Amino acid sequence: MEVFLNRKIIELKNISKDYTVRVLNKVNLYVNENEFLTLLGPSGCGKTTTLRIIGGFESASEGDLFFEGENINHLPPHKRQINTVFQKYALFPHLNVFENIAFGLRIKKVSTSIIQEEVRNMLKLVNLSGFESRNIESLSGGQQQRIAIARALINKPKVLLLDEPLGALDLKLRKEMQIELKNMQREVGITFVYVTHDQEEALTMSDTVVVMNNGEIQQIGSPVDIYNEPENAFVADFIGESNIVDGIMNEDFLVTFLGRTFKCVDSGFSENEPIHVVLRPEDITIVSESDGYLKGTVTSTIFKGVHYEMIVNIGTFDMLIQSTFHSPVGEKVGLRFSPEDIHIMTREV
Amino acid sequence: MNKRQKFFAYPYGLWMTLFILLPILLVFLYSITSKDTNQIKTLRFTLDNYRKFFDPLYINVIIRSINLALISTFFCLVIGYPVAYIISTTNLKKRNTVLLLFILPMWMNMLLRTYAWMTILGNNGLINSFLNMLGLPSFRLLYNNTAIVIGMVYNFLPFMVLPIYTVLSKMDMKLVEASHDLGADHKTTFLRVIFPLSLPGVISGIIMVFMPAVSSFVIPRLLGGNRSLYIGTLIENLFLVTGDWHFGSSVAIIMMLIILASMSILNRFDVDKEGGAGLW
Repeated sequence: MEVFLNRKIIELKNISKDYTVRVLNKVNLYVNENEFLTLLGPSGCGKTTTLRIIGGFESASEGDLFFEGENINHLPPHKRQINTVFQKYALFPHLNVFENIAFGLRIKKVSTSIIQEEVRNMLKLVNLSGFESRNIESLSGGQQQRIAIARALINKPKVLLLDEPLGALDLKLRKEMQIELKNMQREVGITFVYVTHDQEEALTMSDTVVVMNNGEIQQIGSPVDIYNEPENAFVADFIGESNIVDGIMNEDFLVTFLGRTFKCVDSGFSENEPIHVVLRPEDITIVSESDGYLKGTVTSTIFKGVHYEMIVNIGTFDMLIQSTFHSPVGEKVGLRFSPEDIHIMTREV
Repeated sequence: MNKRQKFFAYPYGLWMTLFILLPILLVFLYSITSKDTNQIKTLRFTLDNYRKFFDPLYINVIIRSINLALISTFFCLVIGYPVAYIISTTNLKKRNTVLLLFILPMWMNMLLRTYAWMTILGNNGLINSFLNMLGLPSFRLLYNNTAIVIGMVYNFLPFMVLPIYTVLSKMDMKLVEASHDLGADHKTTFLRVIFPLSLPGVISGIIMVFMPAVSSFVIPRLLGGNRSLYIGTLIENLFLVTGDWHFGSSVAIIMMLIILASMSILNRFDVDKEGGAGLW
């Protein structure tokens, strides 16, 4: 069972893509069966290109793409057992809801009675029963979104690709759809490859997150790993908010930054190696000036609902801190954090 | 709409009245009065001009004209659609050049273009000279229906290509990708997505070709000779040769009604009301 669950369904080996410039550089990645994998990164990082290569809409300049162990570099999209939910849905405006969803089955020449039943099931799955004869243009963004998902899922693909499917929805609807999508993925048991630039969305839904930047993979891991153990400054900065400080690793478990030396839990760096130190804003505690490891002055306090966001100036560095308590602007405070909260990352020179 | 905006509409309204409404009314007036009255005081109203038209001779003219216009429109569509499709899929740099080549002949007068075909198809024309050179006998290519259809297709093809091209080039390529994604190969994608979505352009094209084709008199006159009459040449004859403006006007009005009727039929197919058929 274990072996079956971890079967690789898609594998990218050294995939590169060149337009006038290189947009993907030697991407190595695999997707397990039934996994919810998210490609996360800022716009232009190559995540959509990666998705389009998997879907077959672009071909890689270099490298190989495998589907269930078979090379599918040259297989056209209509022969791949992969379906896509497009960014702006790409529903057919000349067909009604029923015919849009039935499109894939009509092409496979499935009998009308089966089509009717399947479409009804799909509409039920996406909570739009009774919408069969509606015109696409009469639907809201969220409804069009669901129709696009139904149109893809009815083909029972082995992999569903989703290209920023929630991008056009408002915040509240987006949150609802995130949960709904995740539930849908569990229900139908299909592998999802999801593209987004929204780190919160990625952390909420995914089993595995792939962080990309400048056409290269920065880190692959579970949401918890990515958040707690970012591999480099880019990941730390992109996932959640971080304070990134230059420092020097004196020896194992000992690091110097902002003019002081701290105990930490990291090892394996060479002596006096220049590194980045990442401190999450929520890991820092504000104490009285005399009790703090670092001293500074509060320069801004903003109320954010659940917490306050403060900036404390420590000489040359502005430290971002999140806390449910707040200190008034101008107050001199001390900052504390425990050794586990100090994340060390190699600094690329 | 405020007063100022209304004011700017006056010249347009004046133009419409003077150059569109008034002439049509005059033609209509001619069509319902009899020939022997030339003074406004002694106008005699009659439907004789219309009655006269329902003679098998003239009915045949109508049928022949519509028939020829339909054939020309059909060939324009069959040739024009692939051309429009090819232009819309060539890359942007080449596209404008190809398009320009297509529109270039339109910069020349239609009469000249039609004369050019006379020299190509004539008894001593380009094609026959070439055949003679090979020792083959000449064919009579000019002054028949084929020559008229060739002339019409040549002259009106851009009117078919342009609206189809416009619709195709504006089409969301994501829809084509979506179709491929859902398992459709190129042929199925064309039949189920691209062609249905380009229908507004096709309908515009059909209207833009059919209308001038059914009423054209230059092309039948030059390439079809004097042997058979078409609506256009009939009206021309009645006005310029016979001098029967009253009967000529009634034929003109009948032609307008025929075009109006065919437009409203086409209009039913144009669901989105995006094509030119929406004008009616």
